[in-house]
Amino acid sequence: MAADSTGSNTPSRAVFWRDPSKRALIFQFIVFALAAWFVWVIVDNTATNMRNRGVATGFGFLDIQAGFGIIQSLIPYSEASSYGRAFWVGLCNTLLVAIVGIVLATVLGFLVGIARLSPNWLLAKVATVYVETFRNIPLLLQIFFWYSAVLKPLPGPRSLHEAGDQVFFSVNNRGVVMAEPVFGAGFSWVLWALLAALAGTWFIRRWARRRQEKTGQPFPVLLTGLALVFGLPLLAFLLTGMPLHFEPAQMSRFSLRGGVTIIPELIALLLALVVYTAAFIAEIVRAGIQSVSHGQSEAAQALNLSPGQALRLVIIPQALRVIIPPLTSQYLNLTKNSSLATAIAYPDLVSVFAGTVLNQTGQAVEVMAITLAVYLLLSLLTSMFMNWYNHRIRLVER
Amino acid sequence: MTLKNALMTGAALATLIPAMSAQAAGTLDNVKEKGFIQCGVSTGLPGFSAPDDKGNWSGLDVDYCRALSAAVFGDPDKVKYTPLSAKVRFTALQSGEIDILSRNTTWTMSRDTDFGNFVGVMYYDGQGFMIPKALEVSSATELDGAAVCTQTGTTTELNVADFFRSNGLNYTVVAFEKYDEVVAAYDSGRCDVYTTDRSGLAAQLPKMSKPEEHMILPDIISKEPLGPVVRADDAAWEDAARWTLNCLVNAEEMGVTSANVMDMAKSDDPNLQRMLGAEGALGSKIGLPDDFCAQVVAGVGNYGEIYERHVGTSTPINLERGLNALWKDGGILYAPPMR
Amino acid sequence: MSESTQSKAVVNDTLIEARPAPSSATGPLRWLQDNLFGGWGNTLLTLLSLWLIWLVLPGALQWSLIDAVWTGGSDACRANPDGACWPFITQRWDQFLYGFYEESERWRVNLVLAGLFAGIAWLVWERAPARNLVGLFMLFGFPLLAYLFLYGVPALGLPVVSTDQWGGFMLTLVIALTGIVVSLPLGVVLALGRRSQMPVVRSLCIIFIEFWRGVPLITVLFMASVMFPLFLPDGVTVDQLLRAMVGVSLFASAYMAEVVRGGLQAISKGQYEGASSLGLGYWQSMRLVILPQALKIVIPGIVNTFIGLFKDTTLVLIIGLLDLLGMVQSALADAQWSIRSVPYTGYVFVGFVFWCSCYGMAIYSRRLEEKLNTGHSK
Repeated sequence: MAADSTGSNTPSRAVFWRDPSKRALIFQFIVFALAAWFVWVIVDNTATNMRNRGVATGFGFLDIQAGFGIIQSLIPYSEASSYGRAFWVGLCNTLLVAIVGIVLATVLGFLVGIARLSPNWLLAKVATVYVETFRNIPLLLQIFFWYSAVLKPLPGPRSLHEAGDQVFFSVNNRGVVMAEPVFGAGFSWVLWALLAALAGTWFIRRWARRRQEKTGQPFPVLLTGLALVFGLPLLAFLLTGMPLHFEPAQMSRFSLRGGVTIIPELIALLLALVVYTAAFIAEIVRAGIQSVSHGQSEAAQALNLSPGQALRLVIIPQALRVIIPPLTSQYLNLTKNSSLATAIAYPDLVSVFAGTVLNQTGQAVEVMAITLAVYLLLSLLTSMFMNWYNHRIRLVER
Repeated sequence: MTLKNALMTGAALATLIPAMSAQAAGTLDNVKEKGFIQCGVSTGLPGFSAPDDKGNWSGLDVDYCRALSAAVFGDPDKVKYTPLSAKVRFTALQSGEIDILSRNTTWTMSRDTDFGNFVGVMYYDGQGFMIPKALEVSSATELDGAAVCTQTGTTTELNVADFFRSNGLNYTVVAFEKYDEVVAAYDSGRCDVYTTDRSGLAAQLPKMSKPEEHMILPDIISKEPLGPVVRADDAAWEDAARWTLNCLVNAEEMGVTSANVMDMAKSDDPNLQRMLGAEGALGSKIGLPDDFCAQVVAGVGNYGEIYERHVGTSTPINLERGLNALWKDGGILYAPPMR
Repeated sequence: MSESTQSKAVVNDTLIEARPAPSSATGPLRWLQDNLFGGWGNTLLTLLSLWLIWLVLPGALQWSLIDAVWTGGSDACRANPDGACWPFITQRWDQFLYGFYEESERWRVNLVLAGLFAGIAWLVWERAPARNLVGLFMLFGFPLLAYLFLYGVPALGLPVVSTDQWGGFMLTLVIALTGIVVSLPLGVVLALGRRSQMPVVRSLCIIFIEFWRGVPLITVLFMASVMFPLFLPDGVTVDQLLRAMVGVSLFASAYMAEVVRGGLQAISKGQYEGASSLGLGYWQSMRLVILPQALKIVIPGIVNTFIGLFKDTTLVLIIGLLDLLGMVQSALADAQWSIRSVPYTGYVFVGFVFWCSCYGMAIYSRRLEEKLNTGHSK
């Protein structure tokens, strides 16, 4: 409170409303009282209205049997599961879209952002057209568009397969159907091998960096790492007698059964979210790279770094500091935008919980409170993680 | 400076809230006060509640709201419509956003206790399946492994789960929020089957890009008595709503139509006199004009007229009266007498 | 010596005409080499780009222009489902523009639109007189007048057209403009509040901003549309459109606040101190010194927020208000138009309208940015 310190310097005999610190106190008190009154009125009205209209309250509904089916669930769920379970199904589906969407949008966004700065004229133009097209069209429209574009032109499973067919891979208007991997007894060895390879790579990287700092001799960490990460599990896989086979989907009278299905709603939603968000990320990346002064890349050149090395070791680490904060907002936006899933029947949190469950139970206040809390929590967690990351890569000035 | 500005802005904003009015009274008084009924309808189901390309609503459920408006105001057109998807309808009713929910809503015990009170049955229905003829399915029990399109937040969604579960059949459900979305998805082949109330299926069939390639299975897997709902806290409004509905049915039973209602009111039959308000004070007992029933029939016609106008055999929806015929014509439509 | 002076072959007494550089150093070929085919990597990228263009462009042109149906009705489109169906747009044009607004009163919408575009043109035209006044009017006076004009004032002979009849592009504009007009001042106040030295004000502003930034807009709209009366005393009703507009505006103002805060943070401390040393009070120093500079810095961010807001107006269709996209969606449900090409046509049309509006705003903001760039950076 700087107002305090300035206030205490003035002669203390001033009338109290001329004293900035006291005035600030009074003003704050009024603001606080108004805010508290406002909240109280809302809460009181809601409670009164709910009591008068006989609306049920409490969170007991979470244990009641849901009774409806959900098209996609990452955790076991059936019609006999509870509303609480349905909540987790919806949350998992939201997280699935958010995480996959963030990864893909980041990759595409970086590619397009770098392409916009490419010396290749045509590529730069194509990237510009992409960015300007997709970020200026409403996301909801893009979701509708992709849903019709993904769904409608694809053939139905019946026109592709005969009843009884064994199908290993199929793209039809029920989604992308793949054979389901079945892991045999020894497969855990492969996972252990992968884990060992990852750990090994980490140690090698540490060792290589120390050696380079001491002696200046580089070590091909990337190649060794790749060889380890791919080779070791493969070796384990072969040694344990290939404990993995693929169970094909089978064509029934109506559609494919078994296998792993990626539903078209998910595909359409992901396409729309990724394409839309990547356009924004591309602009962020471009601005970030352009913010690194030209002297840096010239200096890198003078040190005889290759263009790739210059990008990797000099430009990107500095650009990232500019890129991270707006990138965080884009990640948050993508997560929140995934709630538009409700427009195309993808069972996300808003669609399943704030939609179907709310309707079945009628407990709008509780359901909405939980839903909002989840989104606020997700946004808080993302911000915290990105702040931590931002702090880690901040410029250390010496 | 800021306070004055704020006050002026506040005053300016207040003029922007034309519909704002405060009173703590029952819905009937509120409705009379504001001069119109806020009626919750579907987002568009032909025959029941659907807007035309001018934005005018029509249909069986819409005409019920118009009948209520005629009963309260003597004018069937003092209704404003709020299109609601199935899953937000009860929230809108409970919050007070709408005065009455007339949106082909199935009367179930839990809904009647949890969400409001049903005032009666507007249409007796049952859940059915629509399926492409090419699938050569003749019964719903053959649907093992099918993908089913339906609407979220409906009894249909629950019934279909129960049906497949109790018959030991596999299925996947794709649940959309709006009728149009379900129809578009089924029409484009996203699902093998489209399930909803049979009246809804009949209403949606002409919307398919090739209606002749689809059929409605004979199976009926549930009872779906569809009716209007009011909030549970309001007996006076509930009475007004209930007896408006009963008036429609009784009028048909007694042969009162929109064409002859004025003559009938002058008839010597004491039953007619009571119903149409020429004698006694039935209407004022529930806070309505005594001739409310005459106004209803004059405004929208009797139940039979409404039915034939929107879903009957002369319309594209082409539904026989069936269960919805009067009890004396072999149906189950039966309203308590008005005396 | 004499020989050398005679030797015309060695020294020219006239100036030789400058010749163009050899074609290998300039010209289209050189340009091609520099920009498209320098090295195998560059060539590969060019081919990739060409492939992408080839993938999209011919098909799009074929569909939207060459194979498209331009005249006739739904029958013509049904006969040719492989091209765009433009009659769908032309026949429903009025509805897409005005929604269900009373036909005899549509001149009012036209007048408001004309006023809006005239105002915008005035502001964009750099040498127009009294731009500040017009700007203030467009920001505060015009929306109020437009609202009254559209809603109707029976006393002035303008019959009321209730808001549930509003729809189409007009509704999109109404919601977006309200959002813009409300969110800018509110955002500034919130940003100032967040940087205030009064802890109560600061924390309230932080809570407000972070709440609105943390929740999805459709949950806000859902609460505004069907849960809102639950929060009010019994019997109080507020127009549904107004509620949606308030929801959208509050949502946008939280984003606006963060943008403005960025600008405030970028102002050096010396400016604050300078303003204080001149004896300016808090509001004076904000109004005269800090905000003019801060807002100028963040113009791109402000316009981006406007663009985002404009696009977000489409979400109102989820709560049953028929904006442009909602109007097209509901027209798609018409059995008469259940033709394969019609949804694409509708979406492409809506996309094009939004794209033009948003891209226009973006271009203008870029120009403004260049113009206002008084040389402090780079």
